[in-house]
Amino acid sequence: MKKIYLPVAAALLGVTLPVLAVDRGEMLANSCFSCHGYDGKNTGGAIPPLGQYPASLIVSQMKAYRDGTRTGTVMNRHAKGYTDEEIELMAKYIGKQGQ
Amino acid sequence: MTNNVSRRTLLKTTAATVAAGSMMSFSHLAAASGHKVVVVGGGIAGSTTAKYLKKLDPKLDITLIEANKDYHTCFMSNEVISGDRNLDSIKFGYDGLKKHGINVVIDHVEGIDAAKKQVKTKSGKSFAYDRCIVAPGVQLNYGAIEGYSQEVAKTIPHAWKAGEQTAILRKQLEAMKDGGTVVLVAPPNPFRCPPGPYERASLIAKYLKENKPKSKIVILDPKEAFSKKGLFEDAWKRHYGYGSANAIIEWHGKDAVVKVDAKSKTVTTASGKQVKADVLNIIPAQKAGKIAEVAGLTNDAGWCPINQKTFESTIHKDVYVVGDSSIAGAMPKSGYSANSQAKVCAVAVYASLSGKQMIEPSWVNTCYSIVAHDEAISVAAVYQLNAENKIVDVAGAGGLTPGGDAFNAEMRKREVQYAYSWFNNITTDTFK
Repeated sequence: MKKIYLPVAAALLGVTLPVLAVDRGEMLANSCFSCHGYDGKNTGGAIPPLGQYPASLIVSQMKAYRDGTRTGTVMNRHAKGYTDEEIELMAKYIGKQGQ
Repeated sequence: MTNNVSRRTLLKTTAATVAAGSMMSFSHLAAASGHKVVVVGGGIAGSTTAKYLKKLDPKLDITLIEANKDYHTCFMSNEVISGDRNLDSIKFGYDGLKKHGINVVIDHVEGIDAAKKQVKTKSGKSFAYDRCIVAPGVQLNYGAIEGYSQEVAKTIPHAWKAGEQTAILRKQLEAMKDGGTVVLVAPPNPFRCPPGPYERASLIAKYLKENKPKSKIVILDPKEAFSKKGLFEDAWKRHYGYGSANAIIEWHGKDAVVKVDAKSKTVTTASGKQVKADVLNIIPAQKAGKIAEVAGLTNDAGWCPINQKTFESTIHKDVYVVGDSSIAGAMPKSGYSANSQAKVCAVAVYASLSGKQMIEPSWVNTCYSIVAHDEAISVAAVYQLNAENKIVDVAGAGGLTPGGDAFNAEMRKREVQYAYSWFNNITTDTFK
């Protein structure tokens, strides 16, 4: 197949390019909100909110839970469900950036 | 879409674009906002879908129709039954959704015309839609037990839809004399909240132990096993003498209750055993909410088949079924599942209305069960879509609170606090 830029291909076919409905990071982070609070804001209790949680710490702690270097109640069970890339994408959406 | 997108994605996208080419007119895309969405049912699934859809596109015209002005969560209602919390603490109104710009209509939906794309209500109103979300929860199949009915449930509560029913069961427990027998009739699979009946039995046993120690609770179950069985039985042994002569809690499996005599509160099982109760709680078999059945969205088993990536009904186009009524692969029928499914459904509906592409979904579930003072257990799972378009567990993830040699009292205590915090957060995520 001859290499061709997608917008050109789309224009040739007379169609509009489909854009993704949401980023994968948002889809993954939506799962966090059920326990950790809507939009990263907590409304009380023992579970830490994530909106102000440093993104880099979400990444390192999720990996630590997954690899067993940090023990937990339920987070170690959840963390095993995600790849490195997925953990980084969710942290990018939900956590405080640049920290 | 950025320029640094991988070649593999480019090729896949091109193929999808070509396939969808004729349907993707420019005018369709331009009219992404202002579409009408009608949500039938204001429980966890319906409310969360409405809220997250509005977040995705504030210009959407979203109407949520719910029969009751308040919703009582089924989760944590067992703590109301045991007297550990009051009924008001599980009651949620719709002001939060209204503040997000959702039209909330208190009315009873009587029909969904999928051909005319209209929802009709008891008060005679009709609502046109571009997309309809159906989230009616479960319907109790009273007919599965001879002698049980909606009328009988006023004195022999199911308490499986929280609110008035929860209050009835609580009142009866309070009025019961010490030395009485509580009988809990558990339902066959599949049903709402798989660990729920066993959490309820645990918390009723806790109430009896603390207040009416000569009493006991007997679970009559058609099943031979149930959710978190090992963890429940271990907790029952440690707290309620399970398996001993002085057991406050008994479980009898593989023998379905087939009949009830409402007057004497006596149930009969398939094997012919008769048990008389002082307080009787019958949780009957379940199927999809009535409106799903009326709208022709159910299969022979009484549940709604859907495209598990989007939650769109496989029977009626542009109608989505989310929460307990849907057949959602490996996911249990829980409030948490409903909330998680709703977020995926919201993205799918938004994608279909905006001409954008639905992405690979992801779901989670965690079910906490409080089994005694300062002790809770949980089951968790992460879900993905497999190649056959079915929701399946992500292998290696999830599972149960550690038990046996790994039992940790401090961890169990923390799980109670996490359960309470989860309750605050999921109800805010859903209603506020």
